[in-house]
Amino acid sequence: MTTKLFGEPVRRREDARLISGQGRYLDDLGQHALAAAFVRSPHAHARITGIDVDAALEVDGLVAIYTWEDLPEGVCEPLPLLIPHPALTHGRTAYPLAREVVRHVGEPIVMVVARDRYLAEDICSLIEVSYEFLKPVIGLEEAVSGAHLVHEDVPGNVGAHLVQEVPSADGRSAAEAIAAAPHTLSFRLDIERSASMPLEGKGVYARWDADDQSLRIYSSTQTSTSVRMALAAKLGLPLPKVEVIAPDVGGGFGVKIVHPWPEEVLVPWAARVLGQEIKWTEDRREHFIGSAHERAQVQHVQVGFDEAGRVLGLSVEILHDHGAYTHYGIIVPIITSTQLLGPYRIGAYRVEFSSIYTNTVQVTPYRGAGRPQAAFCMERTMDKIAQHLGLDRTEVRAANFIQPDQFPYDQGMIFQDGRPLIYDSGDYPESLRKLKDLIGWDDFPALRESARADGRRLGIGLGCYVEGTGVGPYEGGHIQITSDGRVHVSTGLTSQGQGHETVFAQIAATELGVPIDRVSVVTGDTRRFGYAVGTFASRAAVMSGNAIALACRKVREKALRVAADALEADPRDLEITDGVVHVVGAPAASIPLATVAVLSNPLRYAFDEEAKRATQFASTGGMDRPPVSEGEEPGLEGKDYYSPIRSTFASGMHAAIVETDPDTAEIRILRYAVVHDCGKMINPMLVEGQIHGGVAQGVGGALYEKMVYDDHGQLLNASFMDFLMPYATEIPHIETDHLETPSPLNPLGIKGAGEAGVIPVSAVIAAAIEDAEGLPIDRMPISPSDLHALRQGRGR
Amino acid sequence: MYDITLIVNGVPREARVPARRLLSDCLRHDLGLTGTHVGCEHGVCGACTVLLDGEPVRSCLTFAVTVDGREITTVEGLATGGRLSPVQRAFAECHGLQCGFCTPGFLCTTTAFLRENPAPTDEEVLEGISGNLCRCTGYQNIVKSVHRAAELLAEEPS
Repeated sequence: MTTKLFGEPVRRREDARLISGQGRYLDDLGQHALAAAFVRSPHAHARITGIDVDAALEVDGLVAIYTWEDLPEGVCEPLPLLIPHPALTHGRTAYPLAREVVRHVGEPIVMVVARDRYLAEDICSLIEVSYEFLKPVIGLEEAVSGAHLVHEDVPGNVGAHLVQEVPSADGRSAAEAIAAAPHTLSFRLDIERSASMPLEGKGVYARWDADDQSLRIYSSTQTSTSVRMALAAKLGLPLPKVEVIAPDVGGGFGVKIVHPWPEEVLVPWAARVLGQEIKWTEDRREHFIGSAHERAQVQHVQVGFDEAGRVLGLSVEILHDHGAYTHYGIIVPIITSTQLLGPYRIGAYRVEFSSIYTNTVQVTPYRGAGRPQAAFCMERTMDKIAQHLGLDRTEVRAANFIQPDQFPYDQGMIFQDGRPLIYDSGDYPESLRKLKDLIGWDDFPALRESARADGRRLGIGLGCYVEGTGVGPYEGGHIQITSDGRVHVSTGLTSQGQGHETVFAQIAATELGVPIDRVSVVTGDTRRFGYAVGTFASRAAVMSGNAIALACRKVREKALRVAADALEADPRDLEITDGVVHVVGAPAASIPLATVAVLSNPLRYAFDEEAKRATQFASTGGMDRPPVSEGEEPGLEGKDYYSPIRSTFASGMHAAIVETDPDTAEIRILRYAVVHDCGKMINPMLVEGQIHGGVAQGVGGALYEKMVYDDHGQLLNASFMDFLMPYATEIPHIETDHLETPSPLNPLGIKGAGEAGVIPVSAVIAAAIEDAEGLPIDRMPISPSDLHALRQGRGR
Repeated sequence: MYDITLIVNGVPREARVPARRLLSDCLRHDLGLTGTHVGCEHGVCGACTVLLDGEPVRSCLTFAVTVDGREITTVEGLATGGRLSPVQRAFAECHGLQCGFCTPGFLCTTTAFLRENPAPTDEEVLEGISGNLCRCTGYQNIVKSVHRAAELLAEEPS
């Protein structure tokens, strides 16, 4: 194929509109829509005793005020529990508007619809809600004590409890293996809350078409197809009468995969009731208190190991804070439990988690989705083993690695997709070798000494991870080549900045042999593709990329069949180059794909010159068969799906050199190195971009970002002034190197890359600080004040 | 309500706004220039940055009535005669954006920054863009884009 674009750093096709202000994000749409705003609970836990709207009724511009009691059947019910699991015995979800009790600051109680947002917010401020206060349950320790309950009918605040146990090869339990091990350690680790925090918050804009009795919804979502199905069900509308479109989305990072949000149900419902367009755009404070957070866990670790540092038994007990509701189920602690094993082949493993309710914002996946906690646990464990034995930290890891000839490697557990945790491919020793080279691991002692001579304190750390990517169940792709020679690609999953329009076009151009500028890609629009799962879990490139490739192969086959007829050639002798089908070795015998598209659709009516070729009297051949042969369809188009047997496992290793100020305890990352293996790369420039962004979020989570709740359940830092996301000045230059171990599971040999950058960062930074300071770093994030306290011998 | 005239991207535009109307809302919702984005509405993220008489300002912290008669450049006005500006071209060339939501703010900030400092050092670039948040790129390619924009600007006929 001459048009080979797969693997090239092709520039992004989305950029032209985004750099010129022509993007279309949610709030850019519906300029004449009514605005919705919400009265949200200022209290973490309270019973609603009254709602007084009298003062609000006077405001000019008011259209409607709704409380829970105004909602009809379907709409008034609790939001769906999206991912049920047998261990989630006490799953609880919120009502779209609070019914009787509020369980976190920010929970919506009243919806106001008004002429514009300013008025809607004025009206919200005039609505008086009265409360009877209930004791807020804040912090994991307080919650597990069970003294006070978030949900009256959930004893001990335990939503889910799951134990998974993988015995050693000789049949020993983790407890037995640890008891029999020559060396053992036990310790506690803590990770605090952060959040996805996309620069664009959530938003939804709904248009009811009374003439057509149909509903069109635009949502800043990571899954338009599933929002559509949820809303059709909730509103009692026939599915074909509901369309959902994800326009340009200003970042997601996990929070926008949750659906339907209360606002996503209420705005379309009200648009239909009122017969008017309505839009709600989340503001920043709403996003902090009304969306979702992630990360908070307490981990109790016991490990037994031998003289070489090989792990013989590992037992981890996790307390997972899932906030007030379990809308998204227990995917996060399941991922922590299963991905904790990383690139290692360990003896026996036992993991137990309790997912605990607190009166805080719910916890749902944020980029990494439980893996940063898993990597923190395993990598801190590896470092502690090395320290205990006086071994180099890289040697301990190498002693535990799964070897390249041991794939496929079965970890003996059930992964987040409900399928066996079997790693498909990887080369961990080679990754480690590359990482040591890149960061200069072996030269570091000399660097440390020379810095020490200048009164500077340096440390180095590393972290490894394996990431299950491309989880099923499926995605699809549709290809249509029209009679102008354009290639229209669509897939149902959504985009939030990953560059799907570019990489999917690269795949289609390569598979079909057409110039990329003839290819256009549409994602996340249910009018174009109705069946999809969504964009999360580093799955879009793997899932839709392969589906699109398979669909292209179908279309290519048909194009060659139709062209072969026209050229009176054997399809096996045909090739497509630059959008032209030709006989291999005889370029003169050729026919453009545009013409093939015309011929593939037998016509009665000629709408232009080109179309004449497909009309009934244009050809005298083939009178022995119908114009559309059996098994064929008119048009040069095709659809296919990719549904993997199980996830494909990407991997990587990071290392950092940090400097800590002996006086101020300021922490500075001097170097950051990443070796990454996501199988075959479709576009290395975009893969690197994903890594950079992930590492930056990891640095935020390691050094700056933390949701600070007080004992009353108030989120004290719910603004960009107080929740410290890194600016350019806080992010080090990231040095990258790649390995390409193809996945044997999919036709393109690719693995996901979206979350990789973020996963081991807290572990790496903690290790480097520990190395610089000689103090155990068991709790992240860590600020200069925290480090100062540790130096003074005070815990945090 | 106040009648104001803003010179936006060289064109006089009239609007009738209440005193509390933010410049960001006026540009986006009264004048239909939705390229200017709002990420926090408290002046921290910089997504709403526009140029006011050539200087970068947070349009979410500015009341529209206070800039009556002034010159405003938004992302829609960075290109000239249908040709993208060197700063815009550099961001596309260097993969300096992913979701694109913060990008208009970075483009306006960088445009003003390079006008003041046409050949910045690495440190100066970091300082120059340190009032803008990006959640996607990790900034590395944004820094690269700013340097590349400086090169492209130097090549432009003045």
